[in-house]
Amino acid sequence: MTVAEPDVGEVRVQTIATSDDVVRARQLARNLAVECRLSLVDQTKLVTAASELARNTLVYGGGGSLSGALVQDARRRGVRLTFTDQGPGIPDVDLALSDGWSSGSGMGLGLSGARRLADDFDLRTTVGAGTTVTVIKWTH
Amino acid sequence: MEGGSGPGKNEVAVKLGSSDHLLGLMTTRRDELAAAWIEVVSQTLAGRISRAELDQELHELYAALVEALRAGGLDASGEHYTEVRALLAELSRNRARQGFRPAETAVSLFALKRGLERLLDDGSADDVAAYLALSRLTDELGMFTVDSFAASREQIISSQAEELLELSTPVVKLWDGVIGVPLVGTLDSARTQVVMEKLLQELVDTGSAHAIIDITGVPAVDTEVAQHLLKTVVAARLMGAECIVSGIRPQIAQTIVALGIEFGDIVTKATLADALRHALRRSAQRAALSVGDAA
Ligand SMILES: Nc1ncnc2c1ncn2[C@@H]1O[C@H](COP(=O)(O)OP(=O)(O)OP(=O)(O)O)[C@@H](O)[C@H]1O
Ligand SMILES: [Mg+2]
Repeated sequence: MTVAEPDVGEVRVQTIATSDDVVRARQLARNLAVECRLSLVDQTKLVTAASELARNTLVYGGGGSLSGALVQDARRRGVRLTFTDQGPGIPDVDLALSDGWSSGSGMGLGLSGARRLADDFDLRTTVGAGTTVTVIKWTH
Repeated sequence: MEGGSGPGKNEVAVKLGSSDHLLGLMTTRRDELAAAWIEVVSQTLAGRISRAELDQELHELYAALVEALRAGGLDASGEHYTEVRALLAELSRNRARQGFRPAETAVSLFALKRGLERLLDDGSADDVAAYLALSRLTDELGMFTVDSFAASREQIISSQAEELLELSTPVVKLWDGVIGVPLVGTLDSARTQVVMEKLLQELVDTGSAHAIIDITGVPAVDTEVAQHLLKTVVAARLMGAECIVSGIRPQIAQTIVALGIEFGDIVTKATLADALRHALRRSAQRAALSVGDAA
C-alpha cells in the first residue's frame, strides 16, 4: 500500500503528550474530515480511528505527535493522519493487530478497529525505536 | 550624580547590601510614600478595585514590609517575610479571582519603586542605595507574586473544570423507577467515569430499577467510551438494575460494528422514547410478577 499521496492542504501537527491532547487530535481529525467533505459516517469513522491511534501513541508510545493533511490522488480527495512516537515499538505486529489482544487493560480493539475504520492503513514499527501508523480516509 | 560632600562611589557599593536607609525612608516618609504608591497602583487598575479596598490592602502590605525590613533586612525568602508573603499570596488570589492579568497583579508591588522615585529627587548615594535595595526586594517578591498568581489561576481553572464536569452530566429521574443520563459532547475518560459513577450512585439513592444512558449527543464512541459503558451496565446489573443505551445514531452504530465492539445482551434502543417505553413495560411486568407472588 502506498501512503505517499501528494499533500493538498498544509500539514497540521498536534503534539500528543496528555489526555487533553487526545481530544485535540480528535478535533484536528474532525476538522480535516469536514474540510474534505467526507460523509457523516466517514467523518465519524475517521475521528474514532484517530481517537484510538492517538491514545495508543500516548499510552504505549509514551507520547508523540499527529500530522494531518488533506491529500488527493487522480480520482478522489482524502484525509491522511500520521501518528508517530519514539516509544518501545511493537514486537509482534500480528498479535497487536488481532482482535481482543491487549498488553494492558484495554479491549484490544483499537489498532485492529482503526485498520477497519480507515481505507488505507500502514504500520511501521521498530522495537526500541518507535511506531508510526498512517491512515487515510477517501471520499467515495 | 553629584558627589558633593556625600559619600564616594565605593561607599555606594558597600551600601548595596544594606537596607538601613530604605527602612529610614519608609518609616519617616511613610505617608508620602504610601500615598504615591497607592496613586500609581490605582492608575494601573483603572478603577476596577475600589479605592478603599486598595487603600486597606496596600497599607497593610506597607506596614508588613516595614516590619520585615526592620527584622529581616533584604532576605525576602526568610522567616521575617512570612507575613509579607502571606499578604502577597492573598493579593494574588484576589486579583486572579477578579480576572486581572499577571502583569496587572505584579505592578502592585513594582509600583512601590515608582513611588520611591518621586521622593528621590536629589539622588544622593544613600538614596541610590535605598532605591537599589528596594529594587532587589521587589524583584524577589515580584517573582513570588507572579508564582502565586499562576498557582491561583490554575486552581481556579481546575475547579471550574470540575464544576463543569458536574454540571454537564445531569442524572435525571425520568419516571418512577427510571433514571436517565443524556451524554452530550466529547467523552473523555474522566468525564465518562464521572457520569457512570453518578449514575450508579443515583440508582442507589432513588432505588430505581432502570437507567437509560442516552448517547444522541455523543459525536464518537471509541473503545475507551465503550468500555466505560459496558462496565457501568455490568455494575448496574450487579446492583439489580437494568441499563438501556439509547440514541445510537447510524454513523455511531456503523463505527461500533467496524471497531468490533460487541454490546452482547445489552438492551439498545434507537431513541430515548423507545428506551423509556421498554423500561416501563419491564417494570409493569415486574409489578405483575410481584402481585402474582403475593397472591
Ligand atoms: N504506539 C504503540 N507503541 C507500542 N505498542 C503499541 C502501540 N500501539 C499499540 N500497541 C500495542 O498493541 C496492543 C493492541 O493495541 P490496541 O489499540 O488494539 O488495544 P489496546 O490499546 O490495548 O486496547 P483498546 O481496545 O482500548 O484500544 C496494545 O495493547 C499495545 O501492546
Ligand atoms: Mg488502543
